[in-house]
Amino acid sequence: MAAKKKSDNDPALGKSLLHSMILQRRFEEKVAEAYALGKIGGFCHLYIGQEAVSTGTLSLLRDDDYVLTTYRDHGQAIMRGMSPRSVMAELFGRIDGCSRGKGGSMHLFDRHVNFLGGHGIVGGHVPMATGVGFAIKYRGGDQVCICYMGEAAVNNGAFHESLNMAGLWRLPVIYVIENNKYGMGTALARASSIKDMYKRGATYNIESAEVDGQDVWAVRDAMQDAIDRARKDYAPTLLEIRTSRYMGHSMSDAASGTYRSKEELESDRKRDPINLLKAKLITDKLIMDADVAAMEAEIAAVVQDSWDFADASPEPPLEALFEDVYVETTT
Amino acid sequence: MALITYRDALNQALRDEMHRDDRVFLMGEEVGEYNGAYKVSKGLLEEFGEMRVVDTPITELGFAGVGVGAAMVGLRPVVEFMTWNFALLALDQIVNAAAKMLYMSGGQFPMPLVFRGPNGAALQLSAQHSQSWESWLAHIPGLKVVAPGTPYDAKGLLKAAIRDDNPVIVLEGEMLYNTKGEVPDEDYVIPLGKAELKREGDHCSIITSGKMVLVAMQVADQMAKDGIRIDVVDLRTIRPMDVDAITASVRKTNRAVVLEEGWEVCGIGAQVVDYIQRDCFDHLDAPVLRVHQADVPMPYAKAIEKAAKPDVAKTIAAVKKVMYIES
Ligand SMILES: Cc1ncc(C[n+]2csc(CCOP(=O)(O)OP(=O)(O)O)c2C)c(N)n1
Ligand SMILES: [Mg+2]
Repeated sequence: MAAKKKSDNDPALGKSLLHSMILQRRFEEKVAEAYALGKIGGFCHLYIGQEAVSTGTLSLLRDDDYVLTTYRDHGQAIMRGMSPRSVMAELFGRIDGCSRGKGGSMHLFDRHVNFLGGHGIVGGHVPMATGVGFAIKYRGGDQVCICYMGEAAVNNGAFHESLNMAGLWRLPVIYVIENNKYGMGTALARASSIKDMYKRGATYNIESAEVDGQDVWAVRDAMQDAIDRARKDYAPTLLEIRTSRYMGHSMSDAASGTYRSKEELESDRKRDPINLLKAKLITDKLIMDADVAAMEAEIAAVVQDSWDFADASPEPPLEALFEDVYVETTT
Repeated sequence: MALITYRDALNQALRDEMHRDDRVFLMGEEVGEYNGAYKVSKGLLEEFGEMRVVDTPITELGFAGVGVGAAMVGLRPVVEFMTWNFALLALDQIVNAAAKMLYMSGGQFPMPLVFRGPNGAALQLSAQHSQSWESWLAHIPGLKVVAPGTPYDAKGLLKAAIRDDNPVIVLEGEMLYNTKGEVPDEDYVIPLGKAELKREGDHCSIITSGKMVLVAMQVADQMAKDGIRIDVVDLRTIRPMDVDAITASVRKTNRAVVLEEGWEVCGIGAQVVDYIQRDCFDHLDAPVLRVHQADVPMPYAKAIEKAAKPDVAKTIAAVKKVMYIES
């Protein structure tokens, strides 16, 4: 991987990336707390450890670009500009949630920021992203669609069918594999016939790259190339971004001890994306410890506010149960 | 007899059948090293090894098809879906291949395989993860469909499913795995296609299956306190359906409520009501009522999720209505 750093000496940018990552982290720590208290239910998958992926990629998108993702969607939703309030209220199952309490953790949606979900079936959203790419090209636009998936989704037929169409029809979709090494309890090597997921791109005539997902600058560099390709030539890209989830697969799964050793997790944690960026910015004298402390305090207040807001928001009324099954046709 | 969980009853059935017949193997996501997403296959990898307890990638269509191919040439696969919601990706293999291979080959290729996993809703898993598929699957000629509601039935029906030479769908339940009941250690099978009268009564029939059996039993217990005697017919096998058991019950009680976990439209209850109106028309003292999930995708929020699900209160209300009891 080329060590080109196009963008790492802008102090305001560095600070804003750090802010985004810390916000996602603290938000999800609060989510874990709320889950333990029973305020959040169902399946809930945390993104902790992977924040440089959402931050590096989404920091380069335009407002009119599109985002699709999996059930592990809190970090991307917030990074895309959805308010922590509306996300927390959704997790609490309340009417002010981004999906009006109907979707929950796995199904965050917000049309105002072109956040097209939060999808629960592994691989199911990958063809949809391909369809969004098709629509962009159909209309002659220059937007891009970014589609996140776990490395285990790559083994599903939907991935291969999608990439073939995107490669064949030249669609402006950036497929991002967040390779956190495990699909639930199954290590990559026990589920995939090849180790390097990015190589799947070549079969479909799609440019691909392997990226260090703990280094937000490396993620941005790879993403910028992908965006340029998509906007200029309607060319798709496959990025394999290597990262680590520091928590269990979901709230009901232990972080380590069964399929993943404690040592492996500890070693991964040494490359915490937030600490790496923070250390770099401090070494480069772009920020000081006091700046980080101020940032943490501000974020703690935002996160607490999201909790208070969610807690005060009413549950959806009974009538809501029957709403939104169909839309009234107006033409 | 031992008091064990539904999960352990299934585990016993799998273990016994794998010992009994070395053509039987288990395949699915997380069935091996992880001991099953819901721990149904606990210990089996250790006991039987990697050829017989096979962890798959997340490739439902692919591994369901591997099951079909292996069955064509004489193995007896048990294919586990982590939940039936994900089995939708494999419907082509289940419906277009397994269900009709025997027929379209003019009887040459039987399909002795089992597709199993949890069906229906748990708690707050919302729209994509809370669906009951029994009517979809029971619609297909060539498939058999069972839905055990108790640990005893889970063991006996799974064993029968594995020994059957046809493709059998086994619908389990996330909310059932921890329930306990008396289960004999020894070998027994419950014949497919036979319902069981889980409770005798002469005032009203409740016809149900799977997870809803527990609800029906609670209804029967509660109503017994008011002197109302419910006949609880547990279908156990949804296809082929034990029509005689249904009609015998309704002829006795003259009133019926059909309780199912899934949606109303084209649901299992519609089929049951059809059998009743055909065979028991002159025996009915009231229209047959149905209790089912609200006709909407499952929402996440707690209170409206509860409102969407069939439950004891809704079933009691339906029984009272068919008995013309003011509530
Ligand atoms: C089609 C399908 N099969 C199985 C599941 C259950 N499931 C949910 S997440 C998951 C693991 C996915 O791993 P990966 O794609 O690597 O994403 P990660 O969770 O690591 O972000 C599984 C098996 C599902 N949701 N959809
Ligand atoms: Mg993964």
